[in-house]
Amino acid sequence: MRTKATPAPALVLQGDEIAAGFTTSGRPHAAADTAAAMPINSANDSAIPALHSRPAAIKKWFQQKGRHIAVRIFAIILAAGLWQAASANEWNFLLNFENIPTPVTVGNEFVEQLQNPTFYTHLGVSIKRILIAYVLAALLGIFLGVLMGRYAVVEDIFIPYIEILRPIPAVAWIPLSILMLPTEESSIIFITFLGALFPIVLNTLHGVEQTPSTLVRAARSFGASDRAILWHVIIPGAMPSIVAGLAIGMGVAWFSLLAGEIISGQYGIGYFTWTSYQMVEYPHIIIGMLMIGALGTTSTALVKLAAKPLLRWQSDKGSR
Amino acid sequence: METSSLEKPQARTVLRYPSTDTLRRRQQHNRGHVSIADLSIRFGQDANAHIAVQNFNLTIEPGEFVCLLGPSGCGKSTVMNALAGFIKASQGNVQLDGKTVEKPGPDRGMVFQQHSLLPWKTVLENVAFGPLMTGATKSQAESLARTFLEVVGLSAYAERFPNTLSGGMQQRVGIARALANYPSVLLMDEPFGALDAQTRHMMQENLLEIWSEFRNTVLFVTHDIDEAVYLADRVIVMSAAPGRLIEDIRIDLPRPRTEDVYSDPAFISIKQRCLKLIRDETMKAFAQQNQA
Ligand SMILES: Nc1ncnc2c1ncn2[C@@H]1O[C@H](COP(=O)(O)OP(=O)(O)O)[C@@H](O)[C@H]1O
Ligand SMILES: [Mg+2]
Repeated sequence: MRTKATPAPALVLQGDEIAAGFTTSGRPHAAADTAAAMPINSANDSAIPALHSRPAAIKKWFQQKGRHIAVRIFAIILAAGLWQAASANEWNFLLNFENIPTPVTVGNEFVEQLQNPTFYTHLGVSIKRILIAYVLAALLGIFLGVLMGRYAVVEDIFIPYIEILRPIPAVAWIPLSILMLPTEESSIIFITFLGALFPIVLNTLHGVEQTPSTLVRAARSFGASDRAILWHVIIPGAMPSIVAGLAIGMGVAWFSLLAGEIISGQYGIGYFTWTSYQMVEYPHIIIGMLMIGALGTTSTALVKLAAKPLLRWQSDKGSR
Repeated sequence: METSSLEKPQARTVLRYPSTDTLRRRQQHNRGHVSIADLSIRFGQDANAHIAVQNFNLTIEPGEFVCLLGPSGCGKSTVMNALAGFIKASQGNVQLDGKTVEKPGPDRGMVFQQHSLLPWKTVLENVAFGPLMTGATKSQAESLARTFLEVVGLSAYAERFPNTLSGGMQQRVGIARALANYPSVLLMDEPFGALDAQTRHMMQENLLEIWSEFRNTVLFVTHDIDEAVYLADRVIVMSAAPGRLIEDIRIDLPRPRTEDVYSDPAFISIKQRCLKLIRDETMKAFAQQNQA
């Protein structure tokens, strides 16, 4: 419900504080909207001013972003070229390339694998294991982290376990998990779960403990119950840290999964990579490795993307 | 720097907001009677005990605007926190409308110095928070929030996140949020302390204008003498630590108050009296610190 107030440009120049003032008229100035909106629009760097000619605009884009992209692409091509040269010439000094297929061979094999249903089974099985283990780790990790952050007793109970178990790498868990869990599948998922769990718990704990007490006080003074404070203050406040934990956890989940799959199981991208070595199908080793890298990066990026709406308040300079 | 916008407004229209009647109806009269009797507050144990407030007495009538004035560290916030329910009285009694204060509650609307809006909630959600916590439905709370945002002149910013607002605007959101619970008493602890002089000035005027509509009891903590005298019906001057009440000054300057007040001889004489009291107290505090 805004009334068009006397539009005074001088007010706009004074910034939002005075432009939006309501002292004099008792109603917000319409001018305030534009004053506040202007810097946001002008901050949009992709907006190319109309007065620039097209080549100039492209040049500007190249200077700002294109240059970096070009350097990155060049770096990859350079590495592939060196690899191609080393493998084709059977380089054997410090590193031995005699048994390493060339990038071209790997590329051709990859295209072939893409037509092979078993390849997809390997990928699918790995993704399924990650999903199950990760969702369990995220749920338990956040739950435990919040409880530990809220109740000192809970923290005292669990911290010793976490401190002792956390440094143990996934591979070291394999014998015990095979002995303790009913199936090979469940031991692989367990190892993956453990890997993801620790960073999620610790980051959640850290986030919860960092909640500013002033916000808790404020919420309490407005009538919020303990439960409301948890949902409206503690958890949103810890969210940046929780999200960081979830992203790290996803990376560690892949590490751990691979350790499990290499040593046991019948399917999975780790199994595929390792058996390729045993079967002397060297191009497949590299395909497996690159797939692991791609899946790990993609899944971490997906976690961050999914969490983005929850963290909009941190960066967002506009409105919802 | 453009100054014309700071000049006295020609036509001072009464603050306008929707459904005035609804607001009035919800505003019960004779709410906001504060009684602080023989309050002492000690921090720490035995040997390390530190007395922050000592034998403090204060009665505030409903609708009064009272400023607590005193040098830094004299216990102003401690008195306010006792009334807010954040701190327990070591001795004595704090009552609001005949009920002893035991814990924080929505009948006391708090406005904090800074950084107390929930950064992950929009301006609207922040203001709607209190009503939502005290039983309003989401749509009721939001419409209340819109009403109070209009009161503080920030309707256009409802969907923004607090970190996109200036300090003064954030404090106005804080005031709207405190009002949205229809508190019996508004507790403000140096709410404008972090603002620049110009903005602080505007905020003081804004606050008086809002208060003239709602007329709830206000307890306002400040160490700024001008601010205290400009705003208050009564200025309570506190001694250096431990905090005691040393003077209760009634300010009979006419309302509505504008910048003109500053040149009013009555204003100047009250100010000078406060200045002397505070100066003496500050010197005393200084001497104490040097001894310790
Ligand atoms: N929670 C606390 N624990 C221990 N001492 C405190 C606490 N809060 C305040 N104090 C002490 O009490 C005295 C009064 O503090 P405060 O009420 O914040 O002063 P003011 O608001 O007037 O600046 C100070 O010496 C301060 O250090
Ligand atoms: Mg204080």
